Parts: sequence; structure tokens; C-alpha cells
Amino acid sequence: MDYILDGLMRAFGLLLSGNPETWSAVRVTVMASSLSVGCSVILGAPMGFMLGAARFPGRKAARIGVDTLLSLPTVVIGLLVYAFLTRRGPLGELDLLFSIPGMAIGQTILGLPIVVALTASAVEAQDRRLSTTLRTLGASRGQILATTLYEARLSLLTAAVAAYGRIVSEVGISMMVGGNIKWHTRTITTAIALETGKGQFAQGIALGLVLMILATAVNLTLAVLRRRQP
Amino acid sequence: MHRTLMTLLIALFMALAAPAMAPQALASDVLMMATTTSTDNTGLLDELAPAFKAETGIELRWTAVGTGKALAMGTNCDVDVLLVHAPASEMKLVNAGQAIDRTQLMYNDFIIIGPASDPAGIKGMNNAGEALKKIAAAKAVFASRGDNSGTNKKEISLWKNADMVVPDKEPWYVQTGQGMIATIRVAEEKNGYTMTDRGTYIKYESTAKGAPALGIVVEGDKVLFNQYSAMAVNPAKCPNVKYDLAKTFIDWMASKATQKRIGGFRLLGKQLFTPNAGK
Repeated sequence: MDYILDGLMRAFGLLLSGNPETWSAVRVTVMASSLSVGCSVILGAPMGFMLGAARFPGRKAARIGVDTLLSLPTVVIGLLVYAFLTRRGPLGELDLLFSIPGMAIGQTILGLPIVVALTASAVEAQDRRLSTTLRTLGASRGQILATTLYEARLSLLTAAVAAYGRIVSEVGISMMVGGNIKWHTRTITTAIALETGKGQFAQGIALGLVLMILATAVNLTLAVLRRRQP
Repeated sequence: MHRTLMTLLIALFMALAAPAMAPQALASDVLMMATTTSTDNTGLLDELAPAFKAETGIELRWTAVGTGKALAMGTNCDVDVLLVHAPASEMKLVNAGQAIDRTQLMYNDFIIIGPASDPAGIKGMNNAGEALKKIAAAKAVFASRGDNSGTNKKEISLWKNADMVVPDKEPWYVQTGQGMIATIRVAEEKNGYTMTDRGTYIKYESTAKGAPALGIVVEGDKVLFNQYSAMAVNPAKCPNVKYDLAKTFIDWMASKATQKRIGGFRLLGKQLFTPNAGK
């Protein structure tokens, strides 16, 4: 039990004292998650729009497919991405293994179904008259896409937050594709896995709290944004 | 008003993500190594890496995985050099031409640790095979790595050397599939035995503040010898590997000065590794 309290107290010490290993893990986490959440939203929002707004044969099956992808274990995604990025794999020449962009690729695969599913639901729930109104105003396909997504921006924000939560807390992908290399690809979560494996439970709890502080900061910022919506 | 905020946010996000996309500087000075969890957890690499960088200008980066995975990474050309402790498996790689310049560097030994209550009555024995027989007879809990690591391979060989079948399906044989300290913790929780390398045991002792729940019960048997070696991934099979850097690293590790450093590495005042390059 004492390691929980010990850990809670350590967390602030680690951050305020500028502990280099902790801040390096924070840096790697922020860089990787920013990249992957960004890509998930940029790629996922239009895909979600198509899934929610367009009517095409197999749409129901596609929706079920996306929802099923929400259950992909992170270790499995890590294995799949490793198979592609390893030297002997098809993308081996790109030298992406053990790098942050490599981890971001895997994390984007993780976050994409979340953004697509939530955006599709948001677009489906919108007033049907929106797209008709836009067309009567002479909007192009691209403008319809942009405006619909803009109208659904609160749901998009929720989708981004959900994707961020899933991405920032994952271990499997960062471990397999990143390699948990100190100073370079060690995220907060792989550091927690390492410390726990070494028996340093208090340190694990401390780093967990550091992650939650980071997540709080991110969500506070987004909440401020949300409040400014008319 | 919120448009400005959105723009600011997007700008901030791009500023955060952009550095990750920048090509790595001085890529030619980075040596990628796959090593085992036991080498990494003792802290030896954390001490040697800065000295290596200062003396050769090469930045050593390593990923600590089980020996099985390290050797697979070597075969896949994902790393430049390997530092592992599974001689039989290492030789397979060398014979297949996958790895070259195999150089023995240091050794420590494996020990069997167990609870003070010693349910199998093996404390003080110096024959590992006989001790395992008694553990099996008493059906005492034995935690195994179960992960194809160098330690795991050694443990499996102990059962075989004692003319026993590996107790794979026995309920008292607990295969954790995890690293050494995690496996020790499982043995601790279940009041059972496990086999560990002495280096990790000393580290475990130090985190338990000198009063560990599991103590050394069997040591000194010749079969418990634990040899660490480094090998370079063969550039003929993997054209992308940085062979020159790998060779520099192996030579540096075997050099008199570094060997002395390895021997001088202490934890809780105890020596962890014995250097034996060229012997």
C-alpha cells in the first residue's frame, strides 16, 4: 500500500525537480501522441463523414467493421506495424523502426477507428436539411464536407479527446515499434512498464500520475475552447 | 475570437509534432544494440554508454528484450550488434552466418533462490540438478521465465541435465513469460523458488533494502555458469548494418580499460560481473 502514497508524493517531485528522465518521457509522449492524434483526426474525420453521410452498398458492413477495429489490441497493432517496418519487411528502407514517427504510425491505426466511428455517428445525427440547404446555396462537395464537419465540431472534439486518451495510455505499440529506448522512444507508459518490471512500484505510480497531469492539462485546454463556442 | 484560439492550438500542435518528423541528426554515429533485460536492469549499460560516447564519439542505443527476441532482431537486420547470454543459440546464429565477431566479454553465475521456509529442503546444496529433483518431489512452487530468454534456456537445460522432463503442465511450475525481476516477484508472492542470474538478484536485494523475502539456496554448481558475449550482425547478410561501429563497440568492450570498468561495477558493494574477454 505504501507504494501508492509514496508514488503520489514522488510525482510532483519528479516534475518540479526537472528530473531529466521523466521530462524526456513526457517529451516523447507529447510528440508521438500529437502526431498520431493529428493524423487520426485529419484522416478519420473525412472518412467518418463519408460513412455517416453517404449512402452506398455495404455501408452497414463497413460500420460494423469500423466498430470491430475499436477492439484491436495494441500489442497486435504493434506486431503488424513491426512486420511492415522491420528491415526485412516491405517498408524496411524507411528506417522507421525505433523512431517516434514509427510509433505514431501504429498509434494512428489505433486512433483512426475511434475518430471514424464517432464522426460517423455525429454526422448521422445531424439535421438532414443541412446538406440540402448547403446545396441550394451552391456549395461544392468539398464545401459540404467542411461545413458539415464544422457544424459537428463539438463531436469531433469529443472524438479527438477519446482518440487521445486511447493513444496516450497505450503500451503495446510504443514497446514493439519504439523499443523503449531511453531518451529517444521511452514514453511515460513504457517507462511505467519498465519500472514496474524492475520492481520499482512507487516510481510506476509516480509516472502514472505525471501522465494524468498531462492529460488534465490537455483536456482543460480543450474545455476552454469548448466554452468559447456560441 | 475562438478562431484565433483554434489557429493557435493548431500551431501549437504542429510545433509539438514537427520535431518528431525531423530527420535524425548524425545518424551515422548511432549504434543500435539489442540486449537482454538482465544486462539492462542491472544498470551496467547506463554506466558504460556515456564512457563509450566520450571515448569513441559513437552513441550507443539499445533495446532490452528477451534473448530470443534480440537474436530475432539480429536476423531481421533491425539492429547492428547483440549483447546476449545464450551461447548455444548464439552459435546457431554464427554457424548460419547471421552474426560474426562473437566475443565473450563477462560472466556471472545463476543461482536458485527461495523462501526462508525452504519447503523443498534444498538450502545449502551445490548441485542444481539434485535441488530441482527435490523441488519437483515436494511439488514446491517454482517460477520460470517461460519466455525463451537466455535465463530461460539455461533453466530448461538444468531440468534436462538432471534427466527430468520440463514440468510444463505441473500446477507448481509457474511460467510467467516476463522479465527476471517480475518473475522473482511472482516467486516471492507464491512463496516459491526461482532461478536468477546473480546480477539481477543483487539488484533485487538492493531494492528490497537488504532484507529480501527470497534468499540464495543453491549456488556454485558449474552448470550455473552464465557467459555474456557480444556479436556483430553480419553485413554480408544485412547490408544496412553499421558494421564498423559494431566492431568498434565489441573491441572497446573487450579492451583492458573497459574490462576493468566492468569488473569494478558495484551494487550494494557487491561485484556484479566478472570480465573474461580473451580468456
